[in-house]
Amino acid sequence: MTLPFYVAPEQLVKDRAEYARKGIARGRSIAALEVREGVLLLAENPSRTLTKTSEIYDRIAFAGVGKYNEFESLRVAGIRYADIKGYQYGRRDVTAKSLASAFSQTLGNIFVQGPKPFEVEVLVAEVGRTVAEDRLFKVTYDGTLYDKRGYTAIGGQADELSDRLGEDYQDTLGLDEALTLTANAFREVEGRDIDGWEGALLAREGPARRFRRLTKEELGEIANS
Amino acid sequence: MTGSLLPLGAPLPGASFTELIRSLDLAPEWSLGPDTPPSGFHPPDATTVLALRYNGGVVMVGDRQATAGYDIAHRHIQKVFAADAYSAVAISGTAGLGVELIRLFQTELEHYEKLEGVRLSLEGKATYLARMVRSQLPMALQGFVVVPLFCGIEPESGTGHVFTFDAIGGRYEERDFGAAGSGSREARAYLRTVYNPGSDRTEAIDHSIAALVAAAGQDLATGGPDLRRGIYPNVVTVTADGVQEVDRTAVAEAAERAMEVVR
Repeated sequence: MTLPFYVAPEQLVKDRAEYARKGIARGRSIAALEVREGVLLLAENPSRTLTKTSEIYDRIAFAGVGKYNEFESLRVAGIRYADIKGYQYGRRDVTAKSLASAFSQTLGNIFVQGPKPFEVEVLVAEVGRTVAEDRLFKVTYDGTLYDKRGYTAIGGQADELSDRLGEDYQDTLGLDEALTLTANAFREVEGRDIDGWEGALLAREGPARRFRRLTKEELGEIANS
Repeated sequence: MTGSLLPLGAPLPGASFTELIRSLDLAPEWSLGPDTPPSGFHPPDATTVLALRYNGGVVMVGDRQATAGYDIAHRHIQKVFAADAYSAVAISGTAGLGVELIRLFQTELEHYEKLEGVRLSLEGKATYLARMVRSQLPMALQGFVVVPLFCGIEPESGTGHVFTFDAIGGRYEERDFGAAGSGSREARAYLRTVYNPGSDRTEAIDHSIAALVAAAGQDLATGGPDLRRGIYPNVVTVTADGVQEVDRTAVAEAAERAMEVVR
């Protein structure tokens, strides 16, 4: 019988964090902004079918970066969680806060106990009646939960992108201005042309389900500018 | 749900919400033992609903009454619902079961759409609904029958379709119109005489409300438009623009016209 090597918890966490960060650094970024028309999600994504943003529930959307199979399984789990809650109680009882907290618990557990940490960062956005009631939660690979105001970003260049957005962001921005601003921030931070856009909006007004993908035409302007 | 952890992994139950809640033991259960004798218990019944195709879409109408024996259990019950953006569903039979069936069906369609990123085809939705009815068979044999009515359009082709069902879970596509519930015989008889596939929306709404008036005239359990109390049928249309509830004033006017004929 061989005894397992002793690994100090500090070392274990450090190794795992480094591993996860490396994976995420390869991922392309996603930005989220609270604007007049709702909450905007904009991602760099060359694929037309493998999306990074998704509807979760009436006013709640999801975005994930990193390893596709990992954030996809989180997306599916999030939709299941929300639909079960809405079915068992009522549609208004599904909130971004409880969902983000569930993501945080799950990722935290996997980080410590799983065979390997998930190489992902996820974003949970909820649109409110006013910008002040919007919610943006960011959950990192180790389950840390951040409550963000106004704008945020996830992915390889998350910090740079977020800082850049912070320079020009105002909570009175309209959708078009926000798109241009975010696209420019992406280009500056990446220092290259952007390889395809994926955009989605959680609309402030409208019927129950507020998530919609931005059309080619809506994204077309920023693609060419 | 186990604590606040997400149900991760497991490709099964796939995109089905019903399978998901079943796997978690959260599915609604009404099943009785196979040898339970039929009881004398009569929960409220939802009565007549009907749907007909017209040029450009489908219209679906339901009366507002639920009856338990000779008793009016509810005067304002809703039997016609949007199933998703491009289809509508209505119930007849045991109201309590039917309402839950519809809630589950709506969640199922939405769940599938979100997970897969596309809507089920119209045929897929109808097939799924038939399966849900079939799973109620033991209850049907106990006397608690739910028979839905389903209609919608395929957004690509823009043509409307109507599906009827039976208590066994049989699914039938109708070429012109369909009806379910206690007054459905009378409603179908009426529609047979006036039906015209080239009808426009207004005429189709008129016909469907008049058919409900005809059903209420013969069937004790069906509540026609109640002009005195201001209770009007639920009317929705499904077109290439999606499901739309017909507004109350338009329904009230159509109801007035229909009642004028029988006065």
